[in-house]
Amino acid sequence: MGWFRRLKEGITTSTKEKKETPEGLWYKCPSCKKIHTAQDHANNKYVCSECGYHERIGSTAYFEILFDDNQFTELHENLVSGDPLEFEDTKKYTDRLTDSIRKSGLKDALRSAYGKVHGEDLVICCMDFGFIGGSMGSVVGEKISRAIDFCLKTNTPLLIISKSGGARMMEAAFSLMQMAKTSAKLSLLAQAKIPYISLCTDPTTGGVTASYAMLGDLNISEPGALIGFAGPRVVKETIGKDLPKGFQTAEFVLEHGFLDKIVNRTELKDKMGKLLKMFKH
Amino acid sequence: MTYLDFEKPIQELDQELEKLKGVAEKSKVDMSAAIHELEEKIKEKRVEIFSNLTAWQRVQVSRHPERPYTLAYIESVSGGSFIELHGDRTVGDDKAMVGGFGEIDGQTVMFIGQQKGINTKMRQIRRFGMANPEGYRKALRLMKLAEKFNKPIVTFIDTPGAYPGLEAEERGQGEAIARNLLEMSQLKVPVICIIIGEGASGGALGIGIGDKVLMLENTWYSVISPESCSSILWRSWNFKEKAAEALKLTAEDMSKNGLVDGIIKEPLGGAHQNPQEIFATVKAEILKYLAELKKISPEKRVEQRIEKFSNMGVVHELD
Repeated sequence: MGWFRRLKEGITTSTKEKKETPEGLWYKCPSCKKIHTAQDHANNKYVCSECGYHERIGSTAYFEILFDDNQFTELHENLVSGDPLEFEDTKKYTDRLTDSIRKSGLKDALRSAYGKVHGEDLVICCMDFGFIGGSMGSVVGEKISRAIDFCLKTNTPLLIISKSGGARMMEAAFSLMQMAKTSAKLSLLAQAKIPYISLCTDPTTGGVTASYAMLGDLNISEPGALIGFAGPRVVKETIGKDLPKGFQTAEFVLEHGFLDKIVNRTELKDKMGKLLKMFKH
Repeated sequence: MTYLDFEKPIQELDQELEKLKGVAEKSKVDMSAAIHELEEKIKEKRVEIFSNLTAWQRVQVSRHPERPYTLAYIESVSGGSFIELHGDRTVGDDKAMVGGFGEIDGQTVMFIGQQKGINTKMRQIRRFGMANPEGYRKALRLMKLAEKFNKPIVTFIDTPGAYPGLEAEERGQGEAIARNLLEMSQLKVPVICIIIGEGASGGALGIGIGDKVLMLENTWYSVISPESCSSILWRSWNFKEKAAEALKLTAEDMSKNGLVDGIIKEPLGGAHQNPQEIFATVKAEILKYLAELKKISPEKRVEQRIEKFSNMGVVHELD
């Protein structure tokens, strides 16, 4: 005779209805499965305190992590995308935009703001993966372009936080030209000798890698981030073999000489503050 | 002669013509009137077909196996004076990207471009015109060389994309292209870029930041190939025609959208139908724009170049 007896026969809760953790209160690390309270997780900058896994976060969280007392002024916040090609695949581009705006509460895949980081002035452009895969279209390009104008006018350093699947196909060649546009504008920032730091976060790929993400005076990254030009699936198809372990991770890219440093998000603000001071003094 | 699927009616008439010519030869009967009539008919058919090409058909013409590639243009435009220069001075010499000095009407020009192979073996060596990072770095080295000695730059763009290989990623494909975009926007010498075949994505743009960017009539230029676009957005390879339309990738659409500066007309039936004619046209265009660009001061040129690309994009401002 067992110690416990099942009183109810045939429990029939379907898998779909089973909740592992209630939404909003707990966070389960997808890497090491350790459970944290959501509060602890946020306090640790959304980095798993057990294994160091960096959860993908958006502009709201990055601004909060970086700007002193979460004080900042958003720039050019009213820009939204047009639909110059009247693009339609399985869905109209305008419908896709409307849906994304409604679901994400964002206007496009990048937000710009200026404020202080450990007392140092900084303009941050931060991409949001939640908006059509963080894809770069006209709004992303225009916001970066205008942020650079602001930096040039006010002599303020620039940080771009990349997180993107690449160019936005629904704007076709218009999105391709955002690569040209942002890179050309960055050349002006370089000539004015204003520091530009690029932070590559998971994932940074395609046209974003092939333009502003790789053009920093300093290119830094978060641990484990996927950084590459061609997506891993495409590379795998090209070579017809499995990819080596760790291919296109931040550590791989650093080892091949294209990153200055990998910075843990919990130390990001301190490192940024120190670097900004070093550029200045 | 390779015929594309939509050129079938021309192929049939061509075969008829061959037969007629054969009969005339054998029987020694004067059939010149009939031959002439048929030739006219073929021309008319060609005009009819080529004045109504769909976007996908233009893509097909841009990839026609007999279409002239970069080196053919350079050789002809430079009147055989071209001296090819190799290597990026770091890793190696990428055969998918060629470049060197050549003369055009007594003026030294730096020619650069992606090169597709002309036979099976060369296609492999040149990786179908898909450059590695060292290709883009070779291009940049040559551009800087041209700038140092105040020589204008002409690039020929013809690529299905930057090479998506393992070594390409290891050696920083993204960084190589990005660097070119930044450096090209600051070049002090005139830069003319001509899309002569395929202009796919960052791989094309990597040598595409010019004062004048021109497209041949039957070429395409976009962020992605219609096939890949179909596979990503429609999750199937079967919508390439639809994708080609949607991407607005033809010279006409690109020009209408203000993303390129001009269109160069091709001979009837495509550049491969009369290579000498297209070489002459391209040479005339280069000379025309070089003369125009040389009148502008280097500082002004750079400013205008950056301004042009900065104005690309369509955004709305909410109140």
